[in-house]
Amino acid sequence: MKRWTRKTTLVTSVVTVGALVAACGAGGSREEDSGDGGASDVGITESSIKIGAHFPLTGVAAPGYSEIPTGMEAYFDYVNANGGVHGRKIELVVRDDGYNPTNTSQVTNELVLKDEIFAMVGGLGTPTHAAVVDFLNAEKVPDLFVSSGSIQWGDAPEEKPYTFGWQPDYEIEGKIIGQYIAENMPDAKVGLFLQDDDLGVDSEKGVRQYLDDQIVAVERYTSGNTDVAPQIAALKAKGADLVLAFNTPSYTALSQLISMKLNYKPKWFYSNIGSDPMLVGSLLSKFSEGAVEGASPLDGVLTTEYIAGVDSPDDPWVQLWQKAWDEHGGKGELTNYRVYGMAKAYTFVQALMAAGPDPTRDGIVEAVEQMGPVPGPELAPFRFSEDSHMGISGMQVVELKGGASDPLTPVLVTDTGDAPIEEDNSGAADDAPPASGIPEVEPAG
Amino acid sequence: MSVATRVPAPLAKALGRISSSTLLRHLLFALFGLVIVILVLESTDQFRNAQFASMAYLGIAAGGLTVLTGLNGQLSLGHGAFMAIGAYTTALFFQDSEPPLPVVGVLIVATVVTLIVGAAVGVAAARLHGPYIAGATLALAVAVPGIALFFSDTLGGEQGLNVLVPDIPDWFANVVFFITANEVSTSKYIGYIGWLCLLATFVLLANLSRSRVGRVWRAVRDDEVAAEIAGINLGRARVLAFVVSAACAGLAGAVMAMAVRITAPSGFSLTLSLTLLTAVVLGGLGSLLGALIGAALLTFLPQVVTGVGHDAGLSDLQAAELAPLVYGLTMVLVILLAPAGIVGSIRGAWRRRKESA
Repeated sequence: MKRWTRKTTLVTSVVTVGALVAACGAGGSREEDSGDGGASDVGITESSIKIGAHFPLTGVAAPGYSEIPTGMEAYFDYVNANGGVHGRKIELVVRDDGYNPTNTSQVTNELVLKDEIFAMVGGLGTPTHAAVVDFLNAEKVPDLFVSSGSIQWGDAPEEKPYTFGWQPDYEIEGKIIGQYIAENMPDAKVGLFLQDDDLGVDSEKGVRQYLDDQIVAVERYTSGNTDVAPQIAALKAKGADLVLAFNTPSYTALSQLISMKLNYKPKWFYSNIGSDPMLVGSLLSKFSEGAVEGASPLDGVLTTEYIAGVDSPDDPWVQLWQKAWDEHGGKGELTNYRVYGMAKAYTFVQALMAAGPDPTRDGIVEAVEQMGPVPGPELAPFRFSEDSHMGISGMQVVELKGGASDPLTPVLVTDTGDAPIEEDNSGAADDAPPASGIPEVEPAG
Repeated sequence: MSVATRVPAPLAKALGRISSSTLLRHLLFALFGLVIVILVLESTDQFRNAQFASMAYLGIAAGGLTVLTGLNGQLSLGHGAFMAIGAYTTALFFQDSEPPLPVVGVLIVATVVTLIVGAAVGVAAARLHGPYIAGATLALAVAVPGIALFFSDTLGGEQGLNVLVPDIPDWFANVVFFITANEVSTSKYIGYIGWLCLLATFVLLANLSRSRVGRVWRAVRDDEVAAEIAGINLGRARVLAFVVSAACAGLAGAVMAMAVRITAPSGFSLTLSLTLLTAVVLGGLGSLLGALIGAALLTFLPQVVTGVGHDAGLSDLQAAELAPLVYGLTMVLVILLAPAGIVGSIRGAWRRRKESA
C-alpha cells in the first residue's frame, strides 16, 4: 500500500510538472512566418520624430567631435521653433560611445531597441559605426549620413540598403588631391602620411591613380599611438618635399610638432578631416605646453573644403548657422564642427521633407535615393541614387592663410573608381538657403 | 531540528544525497539558475536581452579571474588579452554567413586556443610572485591588441573584424517556442548562449573550488612554504589555476565577439582588464556570486545612471560624464564600507551574527 502511494505520488508529480511546463509554453511547433508589417514608423508620433546618434562625448576622440551633436541639436531646435517638419518636432538622442566599438554596439542597442528611434543620423567613426552597420540594416533602421568618409557606407547599397554616407569619401578626396599635385607640382617628391585604416587605404588608392610615380615614401601610423617621430623621420630621410597627410586633427598637431623638432620643412597637404585650423591650433598649444601658440604653423598648408566654414562669415550658409547657433546653441562659439553638424542636420531635414507627411523607414530611404539635386550647404551635389549611397561628390583645394581658407581650384567633382574629375557646373556652391532658413523640399515620388 | 523530521523519508534521503554530493548540489543550483534565466530573458525586451548577454560575458571572465585571484592569489591585469584571443578566434570563424563549425564548436575551439596560450603564459607567470605577475600580465594586455594591428591583413587592423552571427538554428527556436511560446530574436539567442556558457562555467568552477584542486589552490595562496611541505607542487598548482582562468576569459571573449558583433583592438584596451578586476573587487574576491554581482553592476550601472541623468534634464554630455562619476563613487563606497566586496561583507556579517547568536 505504502509503496503504491509513493509510486502514485511520483507519477502524479512528474505529470503535474510536465503539464505545468507545457502549459507555460505553446506546446506546439512554431510557425515559420514572422513578418513584421505595419511597424515601419517606429519613433514617429503626431507631433514628434525621435532620431539617435552615437558620438564620442568623452575620451580621446571627444575634442572637436563632441561638438558635432551640439550643432545638430541647435539646428533641429531652430527648425522646431519654426514649426518643425510637417508639424513634427525633431528630437535627437545622443549617446556616448567613447569611440570604442564595444560601447557603440551597446548604445546602438539602446537607441534602437529601447529608445525606439526612427533613424540613426550621423553616427560617427569608421571602426565604431562598422560595429553596428549590419545590425541597423538587419533591423531596417535608416542609417543616414554616417560621419565618416569611408567608402563602405555607400558602395554596396544592395548589401546595406539603409546606410548612406554624407561627406565626400576618402577615395575621391585622394583623387582630387592627386590630380591637383600632378598638374601643379609635377616635380614634387611626394611622401604619404596615412592613418592605418580605411582613411589611409581609401585615400591612398585615390592618390595613386594620379601620382604613382611621384611618391617616394609611404608611412603609416596607428591611431592611438602618439609617437609618430619614426614616421616623420623616415619621410625626411627619403627626401619627401611634399607630404600628403590623411590623418585626424590630433595627428596634424603631432606631425607639425615633430617636424619642427626635426627641422623638417616640407610643403604639407592635410586632408579635410585633419585640417581644422582652430582645433589643430588649440591642440598644438596643448601638446607643446604653450610653446606653440595659435594656428600659425598651418599657414601655407594645403587642404580641401566641401562646406563653407566659420572663416567665411559672409557665406549665406554660415550666416544661417550663426543665426541658429545664437538663438538655440548652448555654451561656446560656433565652430567648424558645429557647422558640420548643422549642415548634416539640414540634409536630414531635407530628407524628412522628401519622405512626405507620413514618413516611414523605407519611405525615407527611397526619398533620399530620389531626392535629386536640392540647394544645400554642400559645395558639390550628393551622389545618392538607387545604385549609390555615396555622399557629396566633390570638393575644392584650398590654402590656409591666417586661419582662413583661400580657394586654389573651382569645386571639382568625381566618383570612385576611374570616373573622371570634372569642374562642378551644378551651381551647388553658389546657392543660398531660403530666407526662413528651413529647406523647401517637395515630397519625392 | 533536522530536515528529516519534517520531510517524508524518501525525499529527505534524496535531499540528503543532494546536499552531500557537491556535484548534485551545484547542478541543482544551475538548474534553478536556468529557470531564472529563462524567466528573465523571456520577460524582458530585446535591449535588456542584449544587456544580459553583456553581463554574461563579463560574468564568465570575472568568474575565471576571481578563481585565479581569490583562490590562488595571483593578480592578473591581462585577462582582457585572453578575451581578445577568444574573441579573435571566434571572429575568424564567423566571417562568412555559413561558418565551418556550429556555434558550440566555435565556442569550444576559442576556449581551447585561449587555454593553450594561457598555459604558455601561466608557465612563465608561475615563476613570478605578487606584483611581478601583475606586471607581466599587464604587458600582455598592452601587447596583444598590437598583434591585431601587425597582422592587419588577416586580423583587420584598427578597424577589426566584423562578426556575422550565424542564423538561429531551427531546433533551438523550436525548443524555446515549445517552452515559452515566444519567438527568439538574435539578442535573445545570444543572451541564451551567454547564460548557458555562464552556468556551465560556474558549475565547473564551483566544483573545482570545492574539490581537492581548490583546496590545493587555497593552500598555495595562504602559505607557500606550508603548502610545499605538505607535498604540493607549487608551480603545477599555479599554472593550472592560470590555465583554467584563461580558458574562462577565452570563452567570455567568444561570447563577447558574438554579442558586440565586431572584434577590434580598441575593444580590448587595458581598461577591459581593469574593468574585470573591478567587477571581482566590487562583488567580493573569490566568490562566484560576487563576480556575477560585479558584472551586473558594470553592465547596468552606467546605462541606468546616464538614463537618470537624461531624465533629470542634463545635457547629453553631462549625462555621459555622470556615469564614470557614479561608478567611481560606488567603487570608493564599496571599498570604504565593504572592504571584502559586496558578497564578502554580507557573508562576513552573516557569519558574525550566527556566531554571536
